[in-house]
This record gives sequence, structure tokens and C-alpha cells, in this order.
Amino acid sequence: MQRRVIFPNRLLPYLLLLPQLAITTIFFFWPASQAIYQSLLRQDPFGLRTKFVFLQNFQSVLSDPLYIEAIQVTAIFSVSVTLFVMTLALLFAVMADRQIRGAQAYKTLLLWPYALAPAVAAVLWGFIFHPSIGILGKLLNGLGLRWDYQLNGLHALVLIVVASSWKQIAHNFLFFLAGLQSVPPAIVEAAMIDGASAWKLFRKILFPLISPTTFYLMTINMVFAFFETFGVIHALTHGGPGRATTTLMYKVYMDGYVNLNLGESAAQSVILMAIVSTLVWLQFRSMEGKVHYA
Amino acid sequence: MTAKPVRNLPVHLILIVAVIIFAFPVYLALIGSTWDAARIGRGQMPLTPGPRLVENYTNALTSARGGRIIGYPVQVFLWNSAKMAVAIAVGKIIISILSAYAIAFFRFPLRTFFFGMIFLTLMLPIEVRIAPTYKVMSDLGLINTFAGLTVPLMASATGTLLFRQFFLTIPDEYVEAAKVDGAGPLRFFWSIALPLSRTNIAALFVILFIYGWNQYLWPLLITTSREMETIVIGIVKMMGTGEAQTDWNLIMASTVLALVPPVLVVILMQQWFVKGLVQTEK
Repeated sequence: MQRRVIFPNRLLPYLLLLPQLAITTIFFFWPASQAIYQSLLRQDPFGLRTKFVFLQNFQSVLSDPLYIEAIQVTAIFSVSVTLFVMTLALLFAVMADRQIRGAQAYKTLLLWPYALAPAVAAVLWGFIFHPSIGILGKLLNGLGLRWDYQLNGLHALVLIVVASSWKQIAHNFLFFLAGLQSVPPAIVEAAMIDGASAWKLFRKILFPLISPTTFYLMTINMVFAFFETFGVIHALTHGGPGRATTTLMYKVYMDGYVNLNLGESAAQSVILMAIVSTLVWLQFRSMEGKVHYA
Repeated sequence: MTAKPVRNLPVHLILIVAVIIFAFPVYLALIGSTWDAARIGRGQMPLTPGPRLVENYTNALTSARGGRIIGYPVQVFLWNSAKMAVAIAVGKIIISILSAYAIAFFRFPLRTFFFGMIFLTLMLPIEVRIAPTYKVMSDLGLINTFAGLTVPLMASATGTLLFRQFFLTIPDEYVEAAKVDGAGPLRFFWSIALPLSRTNIAALFVILFIYGWNQYLWPLLITTSREMETIVIGIVKMMGTGEAQTDWNLIMASTVLALVPPVLVVILMQQWFVKGLVQTEK
């Protein structure tokens, strides 16, 4: 798309674009192309010789049981977070959408956790679920559950799902509420006149009409769970105990930054780029309103 | 329509439970920041405020030195985070408004190519290119510098997309009138396009401030000395492995200090925040 009336100028537009293009080239495209290039190379252990190995790095990454394990952890984690976040956010949004007293106050009180860093959410929930001093941690131990997120992989996973979801609900709540408020009142009134129950109204009218929002949030939450929860994992579990909370993102950080295994880490980076690209593409499709309900 | 208090009761109940779920962890942090480390370490923290509020916060801000933690003054971290958040927000707004202006108001060779390039950065978040980006940073000598911490985060597609979208809605008549009056592109930008973008800039600033304040992976990679650290990283390092016998009172005081600025921004600038959030993600 382009405006009809524009300014004639040869040099100026390039100057205006220069800062952005310089930063994106140096810090985005150059490293990304390095990642792609390195993913096709293999270095000997002394870093003396490098040889071109085509897709061998990908092959060894994808056949590595540790990587498969990270894929499984990521899948369980991101699906849990997405489901947990969306269910609660939708419930709260449907409630806050009602014509009730204090609706604006509720909205403010449900919005602020958006402002929290994932790692801060992690510290807060780590304090609550601490096995010996945390309020809920002690409670669970009192119930005989032997709760300890530092020793039990399942407990660690539950904790990072709770901390991550808690932070993300506010964001989803806002978008669901906006979606619900854009449903034409006439449709809702017509359904009421026809005697639809609150559940039927939601199931047959509201939920189908906000399906583009739902789909959009699904992609956003996947991106969040894949990448932005790094802070939660790094702060609370460091990918453990064992590898119970090592997601793809945490693994690429460990292999590339901590263990410096460049070839395979580059291959992992390229795989992550493909995942992000798919999610962004889905996101833009959802924004064009191409998601229809049956 | 008359209110139906009884029918609305379950609705209020659910919302109140939601508000409590959201507020509970922060309430506990507030309580934790008013007791002493020993009491918390024994697992005997009460649910009501204790007597050490002033002492804990003063300690956290000025030295963060407790029985177990040999800390670093949290006020330094707070100041670092504030500088970083403002620099990223302002830098990103300037860079993206300029590039959006070029793309919306000029026609020039490679325009679509450059726009596509900016758009593609959406697919390359830092998380997917950690190791090579770190190498570029160290080659350029940007590790542990303020420029290294902020400049690479100033470019992204969202701001450019937002301003371009907005610039396309400025009526052609404005541009024609400005041309008739002899205004060039820079004059038009300064006197018309920029003032018209005020609310968009405010909305974007709120979102970007929070984005900058909450950065985690990037400062973790780039900062190597304590005096450069941001508050979020600082707290996580204070917590360490999260033993029972650590200075939880100081950790919780620092956590409260870390979350107050962005939460205040969201609450006080709620309208702009909502506008910004909905726009940047459209």
C-alpha cells in the first residue's frame, strides 16, 4: 500500500531509513546468517579446521535423545501454559464483560500483572512454593505430597507453568475483553429475546464470534511459552532437576552460550527460527480475520 | 435496567477470586519484605506485616548485605533498569518513526525490499540467534557497555508497522496543502506528522518502557559486572539456588522495588497502555 500524494526526494528517504537498517543488519541479519552458515559447518575439537557438512548437524541434533526430550518438555510446557492461560483469561473476561458494578475497577485489578517480568513472577512463585519456607510449599508437604521443586521434575514443571501462566493471563484477559466488547450488542440482545441461557449465548454466539482473537492469542501464547519464559526457567530451575524443565530455548542457551557447541547450537537456532517464522505467519493470518467458525 | 444483585453475585465472586489470585504473590512479597530473614528462614512468616519495613528497604537500596547475601546496592540496579528502559523506548520510537515516515511518504527504489527487511526482523528475536549475536557484540567491543545493552534492542518491526499504519491515514489533502504552502518533507514531518502522532507515541512509550524494564536474556548476556546489572537480573542472582536460609527479606524488598515502577506505569497510564498494547500487536 502507498499514499497517493508523496514527497519527491532522492536521498532523504534513505537517510531516514539508515538507523533502522544499520541496526537490523548488524544485530539481526548478520548474526542470523552466521547461524545458518555455521549450522552447515563442523569444527574439529581444537577449532583448527572447519568443514562443510551440509545437514549433518541437523541430523545429529534431531536424532539426539536429549533434543527429543527438550522437544517433549517444550510441548508439554507450552500446551499447558496456553490452555491454562486462555481458559482462565476467557472466564475472567466473560465475567468482566457483564454490566456489573465496579467493572472498571476489576479491569484495572486484573491488568497490572502484565507489567511484571517473567523472572520476577518466578521469584514470587518460588517464594510461595518453596518446600520449607513457602506458604503453599509447606501446605503441600503437610498434605504428605513431599513437595520439592528442586528435586522432583514434575513439581518443577508445575511451578514454571504456574509462574508463567500467572504473568500471562492479564495480557490474554485484555484481548478477550476487547474481543467480547466488539461483539454487536444487537446480536446479544436478539439471543436474549429468544431465551438463550448464559451458557448458550457464550457457546453459540460469543465464542464463535471471538474465534479470531482466540486463534491470535494461541499463537502469541506459544511464542511466549517458547521464548519469553526463559527468565522463569533460568531463575527457578535452571532446566532441572535433571532435564525436566530444559525447553528448546533453554537448551539453545546452554549449548550455544554456556557450553559453546557452535555447530549444533547453530542448527538449533535455525530450527527455532523456523518455528518463530511459522508462528508469526500464523499470527498475521489470524489478524486478517481468515479464521472462520463453522 | 435495574441491577440484579443476586444474579450478579457469582460473577463478583469469580472476579474477586481472580483479583486475589493476581494480588496474592505480591502481597506475600510485601509481607516478606517487612520481617527478618531468620523468621522467614524458619518457615514462620506471618501473614501480616512485620516491624522491619524501613530497615529492609534501606538495606536493600544502599547495600543489600545480609547474613548470607553479599549484595550490591539495589538502587544501582534500579537506576540501570530505568536508564535502559527509557533509552530503549525513546530510541525505538525515534528510529521507527523515521523509517516509517520514509516508507509512507516517499517512493524510491528498493522501498518494498527495505520494508520487507524490517518486517523480517519479527522472525529473528534474540532468542533464536544467541551465540552469533554474542559474537558480533564481542567483536564490536560492546559487551558490558550501555550502548551494547540498548542499541541492538532499538530496532524492531512493531514500531515501524504501527507508525506506517498511522501515517497512511493522514489525508492526502494535508500533504497537498503543505506542499502548496512550500513546506518540504522535513517541515511536514516536524509540524504535521509528528504532532499528529502524539497519542501513538505515548502509547508506544508505555509498552516499550515495560518491554525494556523487563528484559532478561539480553542483559544476562551483555552485562558482566555488577554495576551494570539490571534489577531483574540482580534479584535472580540474589535468590541464587533459593535456599531456605537466605536473606529472603532483602530479596522480597528488592522484588517489590523491581515491580513497582512498571506496575505504576500500567495503572497510571492505563488508557495509553491498553491502546499501545492493542496497536502494537495489530
